[in-house]
Amino acid sequence: MNKTVNQKAWFLVLPVLVLVAFSAVIPLMTVVNYSVQDTFGNNEFFWAGLEWFKEMLESDRMWNALGRQAVFSAVILAIEIPLGIFVALNMPKSGFWASVCLVLMSLPLLIPWNVVGTIWQIFGRVDIGLLGYTLDGMGISYNYTQDPLAAWLTIVVMDVWHWTSLVALLAYAGLKSIPDAYYQAAKIDQASRWKVFRYIELPKMMGVLMIAILLRFMDSFMIYTEPFVVTGGGPGNATTMLSIDLVKMALGQFDLGPAAAFSIMYFLVILLISWVFYTVMTNLDKRDGA
Amino acid sequence: MSDTTLTDTVAETGSDKFTIVRSASRKRMRPSGSAVVMTLYLLFMLLPIYWLLNMSLKTNTEILNTFTLWPRDLTFANYATIFSDPAWYMGYVNSLIYVVMNTVISLTVALPAAYAFSRYHFMGDKHLFFWLLTNRMAPPAVFALPFFQLYSSVGLFDTHIAVALAHCLFNVPLAVWILEGFMRGVPKEIDETAYIDGYSFGKFFVKIFMPLIASGIGVAAFFCFMFSWVELLLSRTLTTVDAKPIAAIMTRTQGAAGIDWGVLAAAGVLTIVPGALVIYFVRNYIAKGFALGRV
Repeated sequence: MNKTVNQKAWFLVLPVLVLVAFSAVIPLMTVVNYSVQDTFGNNEFFWAGLEWFKEMLESDRMWNALGRQAVFSAVILAIEIPLGIFVALNMPKSGFWASVCLVLMSLPLLIPWNVVGTIWQIFGRVDIGLLGYTLDGMGISYNYTQDPLAAWLTIVVMDVWHWTSLVALLAYAGLKSIPDAYYQAAKIDQASRWKVFRYIELPKMMGVLMIAILLRFMDSFMIYTEPFVVTGGGPGNATTMLSIDLVKMALGQFDLGPAAAFSIMYFLVILLISWVFYTVMTNLDKRDGA
Repeated sequence: MSDTTLTDTVAETGSDKFTIVRSASRKRMRPSGSAVVMTLYLLFMLLPIYWLLNMSLKTNTEILNTFTLWPRDLTFANYATIFSDPAWYMGYVNSLIYVVMNTVISLTVALPAAYAFSRYHFMGDKHLFFWLLTNRMAPPAVFALPFFQLYSSVGLFDTHIAVALAHCLFNVPLAVWILEGFMRGVPKEIDETAYIDGYSFGKFFVKIFMPLIASGIGVAAFFCFMFSWVELLLSRTLTTVDAKPIAAIMTRTQGAAGIDWGVLAAAGVLTIVPGALVIYFVRNYIAKGFALGRV
């Protein structure tokens, strides 16, 4: 749509600006403030410069958490995106069963995150959980509170359970927008199923898939509640993701300076990656529009 | 499975009788592959939820002593515990209060802003739009401590409005994005005609424009409701007693020495109910909502 230039439109945006400034800019400035100061208590602060940033960059703690976080996000994306596309391809296209699938698939998305954690905490327990009990019965030793590998598997499976439907829903919406004529043309050309997917369905889904990847990356990168409830970051530090570590540091130990420096670097990483995705997304939009 | 899907797509749209007959004979084959995949997937989705429901209907003795796939000794005592204890059910009330407040605030400020973004170019509009997106992507963990201090210093700590305002951090951008997506679909000529007919902006917006994007407003409201409902980190940090959400009450129970599994499961089931109730109405729009209005 061609838009008209109208600077008065600023007045319409103003309420959002004020509200978001209150709930985002002020807190963020507080964080910046803490990150460059030190205190001996009594609310007396003095300038510390980039000290905290240096300290955090040199500490193993942040790098380890970042490493675990990166591995986690990569694993999540590698499983959820292909699985979501696969599920979407197998969904009924319309009618009663399509509605049933849509509603049932969306259920995990609407469960409060700590309840998701609780569900899997119970589900995986060897004594009272179906999954743990079954695995134990099959002679597989499985204990997510002791064994780091089991803890990781539990959290990954939980996240796949929780969020794959989001990818599937988006891919499904993309698939439904493909006109039948495309498939008929492919039929006439005797294109194989793979070629139909590769040259018709995948390119048409690209836009929504970018959004799915963006959302899944962001949300998995700031995951907190679910692993916190299931494993509490343990065993040891095996499942301590960035957010868990940050909250431990800021609200648990009240190390304001390091925590603030940590926050800012954390936010910058996310900002950088979301900018890359956003640019790719808007370029795709433009190409489709042309 | 591969070429049958194609045949059917052709058959559904084509008028060739032969194709239809042939595909009908193959129809028995077609659902098999897809149906098996979907059944397995839905089973995977529903099993953990079923297990929670199953546990909520058992007594603690049954949960801990025998392993049963369905409740042998069906009981609603766990639900009765929740509905008779204010410490429990006030959690739901608190959650609902701040969630509704947040939804109303988010939509009120997002509607005019989304209109501006969908209709006009103005200085810095693209940057502003991206900046809003970054707030959706900001990790709540970064904001937990400053929110705690900010709301304590203005005397809003442990109130519903504090949580509602904190959740605006990610819900306002989300609402703006979703609404903008829906508003783009409304032809601009409608606005112009209304202005020519002598409508003022306010009257046009409320009387003509809002009914046109009613489904968009519904979807945006649903998503604000949902994301405020599922969030725990901020709502837990900003409350202690008076506005404590149900999710936080649940975690506190888990920390106790003897865990009352039955009640915990029942409380979990009850948190799923509000989402499950409304999802049917937005099922066809849910993808559009998650795509921030961009499908």
